[in-house]
Amino acid sequence: MHYLDANASEPLRPEAKAAMTAAFEVVGNPSSVHGAGRTARRLLEDAREKIAATFGAREQDVVFTSGGTEADSLALHALGAGRRIMIGATEHDAVRAAAPGATELPVDRHGIADLDVLRDWLRSGPPALVCLMFANNETGTIQPIVEAAALCRSHGALLHVDAVQAAGRIQVDLAALGCHSLALSAHKLGGPPGLGALLLAAEQTAIAPLISGGGQERGRRGGTPALSAIAGFAAVCGLGTDQAALAAARDRLEAEATRHGAFVCGGGGPRLSNTTSLALPGVRADTQVIALDLEGIAVSAGAACSSGKVQTSHVLQAMGLGILAGQSIRVSLPWNVTEEAIRAFETAYARMAARSRPASSESTLVPTAA
Amino acid sequence: MTDAPTRPNRPVYLDNQATTRCDPRVLDAMLPWFTEQYGNPHSVEHVMGRVAEAAVETARGHVAAILGADTREIVFTSGATESNNIAIKGAARFAARYGDERKRVITVATEHKCVIESVADLADEGFEPVFLPVRPDGLLDPDALREALSVPTLLVSVMAVNNEIGVVQDVPGLAAIAKEAGALFHTDLAQAVGKIPVNATGWKVDLASVSGHKIYGPKGVGALFVRRRPRARVLPLFSGGGQERGVRSGTLPAPLVVGLGEACRLAAEEMASDTARIDGLRDRLWDELRVRIPGVEINGSTFHRIAGNLNVTFPVESALAMLERMPDLCVSTGSACSSAEVEPSYVLRALGLPDDAASRTLRIGIGRFTSPADIDYAASALAAAHSGQSFGA
Repeated sequence: MHYLDANASEPLRPEAKAAMTAAFEVVGNPSSVHGAGRTARRLLEDAREKIAATFGAREQDVVFTSGGTEADSLALHALGAGRRIMIGATEHDAVRAAAPGATELPVDRHGIADLDVLRDWLRSGPPALVCLMFANNETGTIQPIVEAAALCRSHGALLHVDAVQAAGRIQVDLAALGCHSLALSAHKLGGPPGLGALLLAAEQTAIAPLISGGGQERGRRGGTPALSAIAGFAAVCGLGTDQAALAAARDRLEAEATRHGAFVCGGGGPRLSNTTSLALPGVRADTQVIALDLEGIAVSAGAACSSGKVQTSHVLQAMGLGILAGQSIRVSLPWNVTEEAIRAFETAYARMAARSRPASSESTLVPTAA
Repeated sequence: MTDAPTRPNRPVYLDNQATTRCDPRVLDAMLPWFTEQYGNPHSVEHVMGRVAEAAVETARGHVAAILGADTREIVFTSGATESNNIAIKGAARFAARYGDERKRVITVATEHKCVIESVADLADEGFEPVFLPVRPDGLLDPDALREALSVPTLLVSVMAVNNEIGVVQDVPGLAAIAKEAGALFHTDLAQAVGKIPVNATGWKVDLASVSGHKIYGPKGVGALFVRRRPRARVLPLFSGGGQERGVRSGTLPAPLVVGLGEACRLAAEEMASDTARIDGLRDRLWDELRVRIPGVEINGSTFHRIAGNLNVTFPVESALAMLERMPDLCVSTGSACSSAEVEPSYVLRALGLPDDAASRTLRIGIGRFTSPADIDYAASALAAAHSGQSFGA
């Protein structure tokens, strides 16, 4: 099986495995005051320090959560209270579901948010919260966060950034971006699943919890911290992947797919090096994914969420791609992608494209029941 | 485990109600799902996702089995704190959203902090929190519950086993009283699973919370039982991809879920032998303490109690001072969440213990990996610390 679905989950990096294995040997609860508890506490705070330093926040402003979804939800819950909310049209379902009545900020055909619309919306009305993802999970499109943050700040609005797909792939620094909060997910950068974090700007540090409990995380998130997962997360912070090599492999793969009739969604804008969204006109996304799965290639038809049912991508629809929104697959290269996997994809894609496209015309040859 | 080491570990860990060592067998079960099988269990479009999904479903079966539940009644969460939050806030909010006029939510003064806070938080949303007192033995008087239920009540939440004093509430009896009054019943099973037989179906509870790290599983995972027939309904705390039947969104951490499943499987298999052994170790420690330290007293019912918990008041000036004299013995002055606080335990206060006695009290939690040598070490350390001498270090 060749795994090209890194945006669903990056393979665990060996550094994370080593740190987690060691952390599983630590018995204590970080909230206990005895020796075992203090050892656990040290592990927790060292990890917090490293994560804070990597992503440009203060240690006390890192709130560990169960993942990116909870981090986004906590941000919306805490920063959105009493504010009108605008979210990017291509946001992840975690943000969309947490802000059901929100105004959508449209994107252009490359998937980039229209900051003129944002400016107009910010100009009048009550205090606002804006949510904009740093990099899109389906297309890899990178949003102009620095500009959006400056706009928000100049209008007294808050900006929450879902940096789940960006972290580990491009520079993510809360202070440098100028946003008010940042959601991260450990398993999207080669750490373990089941852990995320909400990073807060210094002026937003006191927030109401979504999950209340024993006063952990300075009262912002109850529950015993997931110590080994936190150690695994810290261990992968700051690890680099050769982005130029990833981009070269992705570009080659794209060129090959394009030769077989593919259209690259969002290909004209700034993107993550590892991601491509390939539409094959006339062929349903699920048909493509199943065909590739049978060839031993793991890709996806969009976000890997609830059901396994393939829905038309709201991301591609927002980019104005119409019917292609149901005919696109996401290929996302993991940090340890091999040359062999790229070649296997190219071969399988060519076969799939050749088989699928004539199939629609050949189907007329099948006699239909009168 | 039968091959428990006979020499003491250092430090000696006797705080198994705060957290437990991850069982090496649980770790072994988890590791491949961290390293080789890293597919997202929701990526069922490809084989790596489906393999992870199958592992998650096997784990769900183990969790369901130890609760006497159906797999469709198990929702995975990040831990018992999240489960308790979903159960309490989720059930109350669901009822309110669909026009239920009842506002009363009843719990007990000795519940875990996250239950107390979840119930208290609901006051801001127009609900009426009620915190029932307990008897001096730590148990809830059924008549106190009946009386509180004379006002139409949405939800009653009573933990099965207390995290500080280890007493076992009569959950089936209390659940029956709540049902009779038409209220939903939630129970926090974090300290109960693997310690006493639990049966969510047989006990007729509507919602029940499970923790991974309290049962030799990993931290960062838990479960919530949500009854199907009749259906218990909750609103999610947060939404997103709609995983876990919409009750709990977010990518399921397949390795942690596998770890929870394995921990439940082992707990079901080894509860009887673990309990018998821990019971013997507990008696050994208590006998030693009584002989060596005249005037020690145990808090909470000694009859309705799990094997692995001793909550002991010492005839000393302060328990904290005792802790400082025995740095290699890990016991605690109260629950872990609040143990950094100087405040006396609210659980002991609810038992009627004066603050002075509460500040002379230690919680001792014996577990699966405690050896007889650990117990002897603890007895000596506690006796020395009690008489003002340092031990170990």
